[in-house]
Amino acid sequence: MAECPHGFLSADKIHRVNLMKTLTKAVMAIALTGTAAMSYAAEIDVEITNVTTGTYFTPLLIAAHSDNQVVFEPGAAATAELQAMAEGGDISGIAEALSATGAVLEENPAAGLLMPGASTMVTLNTDNASGNDYLSIVAMLLPTNDGFVGLTHWEIPTEPGVYPIALNAYDAGTEANDEIRGSGAPGEAGLPVPPPLEDMVGMGGTGVSAEAEGFVHVHRGVLGDGDDEGGMSDIGFSQRWLNPVAQVVVTVK
Amino acid sequence: MNIRIATLALCSSLLLTACGGDDDMATFELTVTNITSAQPFSPLTAIAAADDFQIFRLAEPASEALEQIAEGGDNSFLLASTEGDERVFATASGMGALMPGMSETLTLSLPVEDLDNAYLSAVTMLVNTNDAITAVHDISLSSLAMGESHRVMARAYDAGTEANSEAQGSIPGPADGGEGFNAERDDTGSVRVHPGVISMAGGKADSVLSEVHRFDNPVAVFSLTRIE
Repeated sequence: MAECPHGFLSADKIHRVNLMKTLTKAVMAIALTGTAAMSYAAEIDVEITNVTTGTYFTPLLIAAHSDNQVVFEPGAAATAELQAMAEGGDISGIAEALSATGAVLEENPAAGLLMPGASTMVTLNTDNASGNDYLSIVAMLLPTNDGFVGLTHWEIPTEPGVYPIALNAYDAGTEANDEIRGSGAPGEAGLPVPPPLEDMVGMGGTGVSAEAEGFVHVHRGVLGDGDDEGGMSDIGFSQRWLNPVAQVVVTVK
Repeated sequence: MNIRIATLALCSSLLLTACGGDDDMATFELTVTNITSAQPFSPLTAIAAADDFQIFRLAEPASEALEQIAEGGDNSFLLASTEGDERVFATASGMGALMPGMSETLTLSLPVEDLDNAYLSAVTMLVNTNDAITAVHDISLSSLAMGESHRVMARAYDAGTEANSEAQGSIPGPADGGEGFNAERDDTGSVRVHPGVISMAGGKADSVLSEVHRFDNPVAVFSLTRIE
């Protein structure tokens, strides 16, 4: 059974989709004859669109890295670096750890928050860093306690083409989802509320969950409520989501 | 399988027999199954078209024809907009509302010479919502061999044209019997992945929806089969 791209791409990508459709047939033909030449992608474009109705992404980290680097692994406990990203949007720890092993990465392409409905794009060039064959993407979701949008250890295709990927929301499992105002510092309760969100997040909530889960998992979503000055949650109903939360289009050149 | 599908299948096979197996036409069956708890679908719209035709694009504003479907379940505007569009090879419409758990099969025929650049799109409204739709997109028709099927699980999108108030009088489905299309746009302004409905039981005190109207992705199964 054939797979189809399912991403509702924007107009400027149509010609690239056409290229992919042509290439898909070419790839199938090559696969049948068993003569596909192995080569590593030298340059990729990564476009990320926030497809939520009311959830913001903190500065994104996009990295092409080696097989033995793992930014996060669902089911496993979060690293300290992942925790800092998921609780406060701080990607510096992950960036340093990846850079130390020769990864190629881009930080904060949207120059701040990526708004709901907005897109950003980076180009990663792995010419001088062979072996960086895996793509990972992370950014914290606001307003959440330790929610993040993530792609982990996605093998970058060697064949030129356009590859859509739908990204889910994860929970780092490091902080209780109390859904009330607090801190973005690792280990401190509550959710950070940077200025652009000040008017969108309520106050006076009594708290939702009191326990951190202890492992990275698919986020169960935020509860929210319709009370800006009380209730259980400081998060509003309009900041809920269902997966996926981001649409990514990788173009292998 | 319900009786309606059986009848449709019978009709289409009779039609094909009557056509005497026209070698110049390719025929496909598209079956949609509503896998929600309590969200009937509006009449399905299926369109076979060239790859530069799109019913909508994610994170871009909905057309008014899409808004008519997303807010009121009325697909006549979208179907009318495809008339005379040389990118569109064939269209089909469902016969009525499709209840949760039910399936319906539509048939599309197009000239074999158009197959190489033909892709299937389909869209329908989740009617117990303000402006939720589900859709499939960009399924290659040329890649299917005779008798081969392609199956897609589809998610719900928010058309971004009407606020998700869930308020009494704002939802056209049986949960409310309220208003359908309204030209006013008071939502995000572009198509997104739907955030789900909250319902009164979920804490939205003025919601006309009950907890059974909630949904998660996926909401529909689309299965496309080449039969001729």
